[in-house]
Amino acid sequence: MSAEKGKRDYLDVTGGWLHRLRDWIDARFPMTKFWNEQVAQYYAPKNFNFWYFFGSIALLILVNQIVTGIFLAMNYKPAAASAFASVEYIMRDVNWGWLIRYMHSVGASMFFVVVYLHMFRGVMYGSYKKPRELLWIFGMLIYLALMAEAFMGYLLPWGQMSYWGANVIISLFGAIPGIGSGLEQWVRGDFYISDITLNRFFALHVVAVPLVLLGLVVFHLIALHEVGSNNPDGVEIKKHKGADGIPLDGIPFHPYYTIKDICGVIIFIAIFSAIIFFSPGLHGLFLEPANFEPANALKTPADIHPLWYFGPYYAILRSIPNKGLGALALLLSIVILFVLPWIDRNPVKSIRYRGLLYRGLLFVFVLTFIVLGYIGMQPATPFWAEIGQRLSEMYFLFFAVSWVYSKPRSRAYLVITFICVMAVISLFDWVSWVPSAAVLKMYSWLIPLVYCSIFLLLPAFAGKFIEPKPVPERVTMK
Amino acid sequence: MKAIVCAFLLVLLPVFAHAQDQGIKLESANVDLSNTASLQRGAKFFVNYCMGCHSAQYVRYNRVGRDLGLNDAQLQSYLIFTGSKVTDTMVSAMPPADAQKWFSVAPPDLSLESRSRGADWIYTYLKSFYLDPKSGTGVNNVVFPKVSMPDVLWELQGTQKALFSTIKNPDGSTYQVFDHLELVTSGKLTPEQFDRADRDITSFLVYIGDPVMLKSRDLGLRVIGFLIIFFVFAYLLKREIWKKIH
Repeated sequence: MSAEKGKRDYLDVTGGWLHRLRDWIDARFPMTKFWNEQVAQYYAPKNFNFWYFFGSIALLILVNQIVTGIFLAMNYKPAAASAFASVEYIMRDVNWGWLIRYMHSVGASMFFVVVYLHMFRGVMYGSYKKPRELLWIFGMLIYLALMAEAFMGYLLPWGQMSYWGANVIISLFGAIPGIGSGLEQWVRGDFYISDITLNRFFALHVVAVPLVLLGLVVFHLIALHEVGSNNPDGVEIKKHKGADGIPLDGIPFHPYYTIKDICGVIIFIAIFSAIIFFSPGLHGLFLEPANFEPANALKTPADIHPLWYFGPYYAILRSIPNKGLGALALLLSIVILFVLPWIDRNPVKSIRYRGLLYRGLLFVFVLTFIVLGYIGMQPATPFWAEIGQRLSEMYFLFFAVSWVYSKPRSRAYLVITFICVMAVISLFDWVSWVPSAAVLKMYSWLIPLVYCSIFLLLPAFAGKFIEPKPVPERVTMK
Repeated sequence: MKAIVCAFLLVLLPVFAHAQDQGIKLESANVDLSNTASLQRGAKFFVNYCMGCHSAQYVRYNRVGRDLGLNDAQLQSYLIFTGSKVTDTMVSAMPPADAQKWFSVAPPDLSLESRSRGADWIYTYLKSFYLDPKSGTGVNNVVFPKVSMPDVLWELQGTQKALFSTIKNPDGSTYQVFDHLELVTSGKLTPEQFDRADRDITSFLVYIGDPVMLKSRDLGLRVIGFLIIFFVFAYLLKREIWKKIH
């Protein structure tokens, strides 16, 4: 058989019975067809770089979370009286329980690390643009489900930060006018966070959200394989096909990217292991010290803040000293990511060929996000609250400026936009003016002023800074 | 690009420094978990001086024995004073309801104290009691003002007094700021010996906070070693497969 095909077939070494088994299955179930369509004959661009590891790594962590989660659920007790003790039981008395628990807790944080890098890749190379808008939206839904999953999972150890963090977040529902307090109570199932809340969060964390998550991941992959992968050059490989109908710049996912991803995965697991075995709490970043104290409804911790991955949103929430508006800003900061494909409509996808100012804009956005995350984990001093407010403004300005950069704009358009944006910001400052904080307010006003001057005023007079570079016809190998 | 990142980190430096400077400066505990003798001494101090009131309810005696090289007979004669079996967890004989009555607050469980407070906090706290006639227990603590706990280590350390320095406000009013502690009467141990005993107790608390840390580092090195070797082969295979792609 192998002589006919002209190459060795590894199924032959067993005397051909594996071949017969394969044919038997294929006659009843499209196993080989599925493998070929999704993996062996799925053509991906040949120029994937470092940033393209994180999709498969995210899938790996999802599997890790599910498998370790199943083993944790075998020993964990979702009841207020015994939850904390059962986690310590897992850590100390269950064979390898500590490893399973650390793989799960470190896995949760690393999931967000990987998802943030994966999302940044999408933004950097314009992967959300036509025809991948739905792919992006499924991805955003996964991100949303992941946030819900992480939030509910964090209540389960029943530590002080579990309890009070959940308290703060659930109380946000109370900001909705009219139905707020009723809704808040409905979510908790009680007048305060109690055994009932813990029990239902456990059910949602181990059954409901994972099911949603798995379904969304399947949709995300179906959408990806329908439109094909984007690449660091942001050019469509399907435009140039050979006589056999295969994209000239495409290579089959297997074996090329399976082996490449294995290399990336090994490095990732090495980093993951280093955290698990040497510093599973990562100095309070992955496991907060306050959470090693059992939940106590009568003792409010001095400082309540979520884990690092919610930091940026928590900073945005706190940036407006009004619970309703703060919660609205928080909601908007996530919703706006969903509609990114319709905000940034610039035909040039990849950052490689976008103008200099757009590159700067994205770089500043990443810094904004990181610093907001840092602020979200700090006690709310007046100084940090003020910086948090300015950075929140910059968070939203990224989207406004992306909208402006979608097509060539006249000088008047840019100048008027600059004036309008600064007017809105100044108006907001004027409305929330507090005489005692006037000096800080005036100094911090320079932050949006400098930002808008660079990204809105500068291109009005030096258009070359937003001019894109010529996009190559085919992908390049750098 | 690198220059921008560096510049950004430099700008952030004062920010991080700023976040550190609150409260009393904690002394470094310098815990060494590989020093089994220190952990054994710490265990002995713990059962003698702490366990009268505090429990370590998640820690089993025979786990401590296994990790610190003590057999069941040794555990029974040196560490177990409560009539417990070696398979029991380290629970104090003091009934929690009485403890609540006597100290106004039940002494917290210490299994995870090192993880919620940190080693340096425990180390500094234990050596920072000073005489304070205004307090019910006769002592106060620099790290934990108005603490309900009496100074149980006084016979080892001796007694201390706190010296305050007076700071003038711009408007002429003054306030007191803690300056340093001074030994009033000496205890059974010299200050150096007491620091060692303090470090032993702290080390033991760090150990019971996450007992697996004694072994997980070794295991981690082996796991990462395996991954490095695996990576070499995986990478060579990748290079072979990708040879034709340009």
